[in-house]
Order: sequence, then C-alpha cells, then structure tokens
Amino acid sequence: MIPEIGQFALSLALAVALAQAILPLAGAARGDAAWMAIARPAARVQFALLALAFACLTYSFVANDFSVAYVAEHSNTSLPLVYRITGVWGGHEGSMLLWTTLLAAWMFAVTLFSGHLPEDMVARVLGVMGIVSAGFLAFILFTSDPFTRLLPAPPNGRDLNPLLQDPGMVAHPPMLYMGYVGFSVAFAFAIAALLSGRLDAAWARWSRPWTLVAWMFLTLGIALGSAWAYYVLGWGGWWFWDPVENASFMPWLVGTALIHSLAVTEKRGSFRSWTVLLAICAFALSLLGTFLVRSGVLTSVHAFAVDPRRGVFILILFAALVGSSLVLYAARTARIGLGGSFDVVSRESSLLANNVLLTVAAASVLLGTLYPLALDALGAGKISVGPPYFDAVFVPLMAPAVFLMGVGPLARWKRASLPELAVLLRWALAVSVACGVLLPLVLGRWSPMIGLGLALAVWVVATSVVTLRERLRHASSAASAWARLRSTPRAWYGMFLAHLGIAVFIVGVTMDKGYESQKDVRMQAGDTVELSGYTFRMIGISKVQGPNFTATQAQIEITRGGRPVANLYPQRRIYTVQQMPMTDAAINAGLFRHLYVTLGDPLNATTWIVRVQVRPFVSWIWLGCLVMAIGGLLSATDRRYRVAAAIRRAGAAEIAVAQAAR
Amino acid sequence: MKPRHRRLILVAAGLAALSITAALVLNAFRSNLVFFFTPTQVADREAPVNKTFRIGGLVEKGSLKHLPDGVTVQFVVTDTAKSIPVRYKGILPDLFSEGKGVVAQGRLEPDGVFVAHQVLAKHDANYMPPDAAAALKAAHSARLAQ
Repeated sequence: MIPEIGQFALSLALAVALAQAILPLAGAARGDAAWMAIARPAARVQFALLALAFACLTYSFVANDFSVAYVAEHSNTSLPLVYRITGVWGGHEGSMLLWTTLLAAWMFAVTLFSGHLPEDMVARVLGVMGIVSAGFLAFILFTSDPFTRLLPAPPNGRDLNPLLQDPGMVAHPPMLYMGYVGFSVAFAFAIAALLSGRLDAAWARWSRPWTLVAWMFLTLGIALGSAWAYYVLGWGGWWFWDPVENASFMPWLVGTALIHSLAVTEKRGSFRSWTVLLAICAFALSLLGTFLVRSGVLTSVHAFAVDPRRGVFILILFAALVGSSLVLYAARTARIGLGGSFDVVSRESSLLANNVLLTVAAASVLLGTLYPLALDALGAGKISVGPPYFDAVFVPLMAPAVFLMGVGPLARWKRASLPELAVLLRWALAVSVACGVLLPLVLGRWSPMIGLGLALAVWVVATSVVTLRERLRHASSAASAWARLRSTPRAWYGMFLAHLGIAVFIVGVTMDKGYESQKDVRMQAGDTVELSGYTFRMIGISKVQGPNFTATQAQIEITRGGRPVANLYPQRRIYTVQQMPMTDAAINAGLFRHLYVTLGDPLNATTWIVRVQVRPFVSWIWLGCLVMAIGGLLSATDRRYRVAAAIRRAGAAEIAVAQAAR
Repeated sequence: MKPRHRRLILVAAGLAALSITAALVLNAFRSNLVFFFTPTQVADREAPVNKTFRIGGLVEKGSLKHLPDGVTVQFVVTDTAKSIPVRYKGILPDLFSEGKGVVAQGRLEPDGVFVAHQVLAKHDANYMPPDAAAALKAAHSARLAQ
C-alpha cells in the first residue's frame, strides 16, 4: 500500500510540474497575473508530493519491504538501520528520486525567499525549474520507477554494496546533489533573464546568494566524497581523476567561475552574457555529471544497451534542456549587451582571466573524461586517460589562477595601475618566493612542485593580509579600525575566507604529495617497521564479528622515540550477504599528520602484508574545502541580499526612507 | 590608449593565452593516453615496448605466487587464447582473485613479463572490468573464426 501511495504521489507531482512549467511561463509572456500566481502554490504542492514519495520509499526500506524490487536489491534485514535509510539513495532509481526531491526543495526555498522579486521573474524562474522537474519526474516514472513491485517478494534483500555502508556515504550524495540541483536555480534565473531581456545588477544580486549556496554544497559534497575515497577504498588516495569524480569537479570549476563572474555583473554590470553562459554551462555539467554516474555509461558504454529506454531518455532530456537554452542564449544574447568597459589592468580583467583559466580547466577535464567514452562508443579502440594527464594540465592552469587570486582583490575596478599594485604586493611576492625556496629545504627535500605549492599557498595568505591592511589603511585608531572591520560587508569576509581555504588546501596537497611515505611489508606478531620516525609493531591478529560482516583484525602499536602514540586496528572484512571482501583501514588522525595502516593479504596463517603510511598535513585538504564552504555561506548571507528583500517587503514609502538613509 | 586599442590588446592577449593552453592541454593529452591491449595482441607483439599500457583478462587459476620478498606477487593474465605473466609490487585490491577478471596497467619488460604499477578489479564480486570482458570476447570470437 505504502509504495503505491509513493508512486501515486510521483504521478501527481508530474502533473503539477507540467502545470508549473507551462502556465507561469505563458502567464509571464502574456502579462497574465493570475497564471503567473500559479507558480508558487504549484512549487509548494510539488515539494509536498515529492517529500511524501521520498518518505514512502524510506518507509519501505526501514520496514524491510522486499516486495519493492528496489528495496530488495539494495537492502537486507541484517543491515543497520542508518544504512537502511541511506540505502534509499544507494542505487539508480532512489538517487534519481533524491535528485528530484532536492530540486523540489530548492523550488520551495525559492517560493519562500522571493518576496522581493517582481512577479514575472518568480513565475519564469519557477516555470523553468518546473520544466526540469517535469523532465526528471517523467524519467523516473517511465524508466526508473523505485516503487516497482517484485512479486513474489524474496525472503531477504541483496544488501547494500559494502563500500556504501559508511558514514561518509550517508552525507556525500545529498550534499553533492544539493550542489548539482542548486545550480538549477542559477540556471533558471539565467533563462528567466534571457526570456525577459532583463539582465542588470539587480538580477545578479538576486541570483548570487542561490549560486553561492549551491556552490557551498557542491564543495562540501566533493570534499566528503574525496574523504570517503581516502579512508574507505583503503589505499589512502584522495583523488583519482576517476570519471565519477571528474563529473562532480567540472560543475564545481564552472560554478566557481560563475560566482566570480556574477560578482562583476553585480558590481560593474559587465560580463553579462558570459555570466548567463556560465550559469547554463554549470547546470548542463551538473546534469551531465548526474547522467554519467547514474546511467551506467561509465561501467561500460554498452550499459546503455541494457536498458535502451533509459539511455535514450537521458540523452533526449539532456539535449532538449541544454540545446534549447543555448538556442535561446544565441537568440537573446545581443539584447542583453556586454556591459561596462574596462582597462587591460583592472579587477575585471583579472577576474576575466581567472574565469578563462577555470573554464579551460573544466574543458580539459571534460576532454579527458568523455574522449575515452566516445572512442569506445564508436568502436575505435579502448583507451584510458590517467592522472598524469590531469596533473600535467592542472598545475600550469591553476598556478596563474592562484597568482591572480592574490592580485584581483587589490586591483581597482575599471582601471588599476600596475606600478601601484607592484608596490602593494612586492613584500607578499618576496615572502612567498622566499618561502617557496627555503621552506622545503627546512622540511627536508626540495623539488620544484613542493617549492611552487608552498610559494602559492604563502602568496595567497600574504596577499590576503595585504588586502586586509588596505581595508584598514585610513583607520587612525584601534577603535576606528574595529569600526571599519564591522562595517565591512560579510560577502568580503566570505571571499577572504574562501581564498584562505584555497591556501589551506594547497598546503595539504603539497605537503602530502611531497612528503608522504609508505611501506608495504610482511609482518607477524612481534615484527616492527620504521617509517618517518614512527615505529609500527604488530601485536597480534584476531577474529571480530560485526553486525553484518566477519573480520580479521590486526593490532598495530605505534610508538615514536619509545613513547606510545596510538594503537590501530585495521581489518579485512567479509560482508556475509554478498560474500564481498573489503579492507577497513585504520587511521590515527592529527592536524599535522595521519598515520594510516592497511591490512593486506595473508601470506600464511600468521604472516600478513601490511601497508603503513605517514601522511603529513593530509587533513588540510578537506579542512581547506570546509573553510571555502564556510566562506561561501558567509557571502551568501550578506546583509545586502537580506536588506534588499526586507526593503521590497516594506513597501514603497519605506524604500524612499531607506534610500535616503543610505 | 583608445578604447578600440584596449579591446584589441585584450582580445589578442586572450587569443594568445587560449592557444598556449590549448597546445598545452592537447600535448599533455596525447602523451598520456593509455591504450588497452588483449593478451593475444601482446603475444602478437602489437603492444609497445617501454610505454605504459593496459592489459585485461582473467587471472589464471593456480598462477598467483608471492615472491620471496613477500610483497611482490606474480600471476598470469589470460584471455583464454594467450597469456602473459604479470609482476606487481604492492597490495592487491580486495576483489582480486584467481579465475576473476582483472585489468593491469604497466609496462612490458624485454623478458616478456608485464610489470604492473596498478591493478584494478573493482566494485562488486560479479562485476567484470569492461576491458577484461572485451579481451575475453575478442579471443572467443577469434577462435570461432578459425
């Protein structure tokens, strides 16, 4: 009964989505206020229906209803409750449902926080989101129904893939999808701007907080996925340039370009058509990412053939959404105009250069991800593009981008003076070059990459300090400096923090890549191995029984200079339902280093292969992402977005007062 | 400087930067492509010497040996027609086992042993790496054709 309610809710949601897609857009085109007014209630009803459908599927998982085919494939009675809940998005059908539910949640948020927008803008934004939602709901209902019954019901389910039975995987997909789907708001604003021909600073100000929040979620989602790979896959790699990872990284790169481009559009009115194009691309890449990961095309391009309906539907939906928006863009972009002009040396041009670098980086990832697929699909041979390609491309692209990141915030809008910038930045430059040359020598080993990485990280920090000092230059006393800091908009602190996050991230990557050490050794009880000053001693091996797995567990005692540091318990698990083996690495995490131990294969009853690793600063990689995300959140909650909202609501009379006060 | 000149400089600088990055990207792309060969193709000397490539197939039953140092393993990858000895130093992935599909990336040594830097066998127990499956299929159809 419950699954049927869920399915019915989905069907109703499709009907509502179609109404939401057609009527408000038509109303906005005809200037019909009654039709436009449908947008908000339709979006809210849709959210309620999708939340109901999602709750129904969750209930089926919790209640172990194996008569639902999807539950039978991704759950088991022995699965702990928390993983039965997260099993909802453990497979294709459920993750599409999660995607669509989150889309409805974003639409609901738009209905709540759009009081200050003109009605036709709200109608168009929600209408465009309705089109996306209708497409996805049709996809779910016609090709990927999570509520399909499996009768007679099997006595037990096939269990969730053990790799997904992890706290990191609980949070990763919802975060990532919040980011992916969040770009649909930026996309909808861009399309609404194209439709109405209204693309000005006010438009950018409306669109900015949504884009920033989506970007924040995407940043967190990618970081969680990377952390998961680091400790679950068992080998300590945190980024593999795997197509699945690239699929989430491309929208991030373009989204990062978009938030910078939006800033220029808001402040200076420039980059308008570029901003719109980026918004379309960010969402197109989000769609591509969802489809790449979820269609099975990565496992094999021939997976399409297993369920051709699914593949064809996906391609049609993608082509229709992206194609029609690009056609609209081509038709309307001339009307939007280019915006204000600027000098070769100016904040605009440094942001433009950063945009170009980020976009080219995204394009190079796209090339490396899609080319092997295309070649395989054409039957022209099997190739793979590995990490060396991405490493070779990314360092030369990102190094100038990070350099410009230090210059941009100090350069003036419209026209900056090169000598003035040079004077401002000479100390920052000297300090970072000195650190790049000397720090690695102090740390023990010098290589160009370590030098470059540390120099760039110090450069970002040093230029941030200079930027802060410039803000306070005219402050005469501590009190006035404090007043200045307090009057500085939150968005500025957001930028400041996000840039520092990049520095933290660079330090993590550089130190980990440059100074990590690892050893594969055979060990039995009593054996010791030395690595980077730490002594790892195998105490013994024992058997452990988990809720749905059995494991062999080693006890490794770690000491440094005779003093105990930690005891680690790496395991090799066998998940009983699927008889699937899995390595469970043990990590002693610290701010400045991780000690990472993996239990490998047994050589005989008492001897095992053990991999020990010392990873300096590796947690800074995710710490940096967290700092960036907090920066994004700070920017998104800037006062002027809220004030603008409040003013609109307060009515015309008070607008005059507020403007006078400003 | 007139606005027209300014724009010209911007456009020229942009174009120059774009062509440099395009050259960089394409060059990196070309030199880092990793091609895939089946054991039959390797036996027929179609695979390059001294260049990284991938092979795929089944791990021959009974072929997995640990060398005396304890951390180097040797096994044989076969597409049921031809087979290649593979040497790998390190810990094998969880789902590596004899009789199952595997993909290895590395170089072919002059003595005919494939020295792998990376061994892939992933995700779930029934999943066959697509490259390995393709190698088996090619060998199978070659036999049918004979």
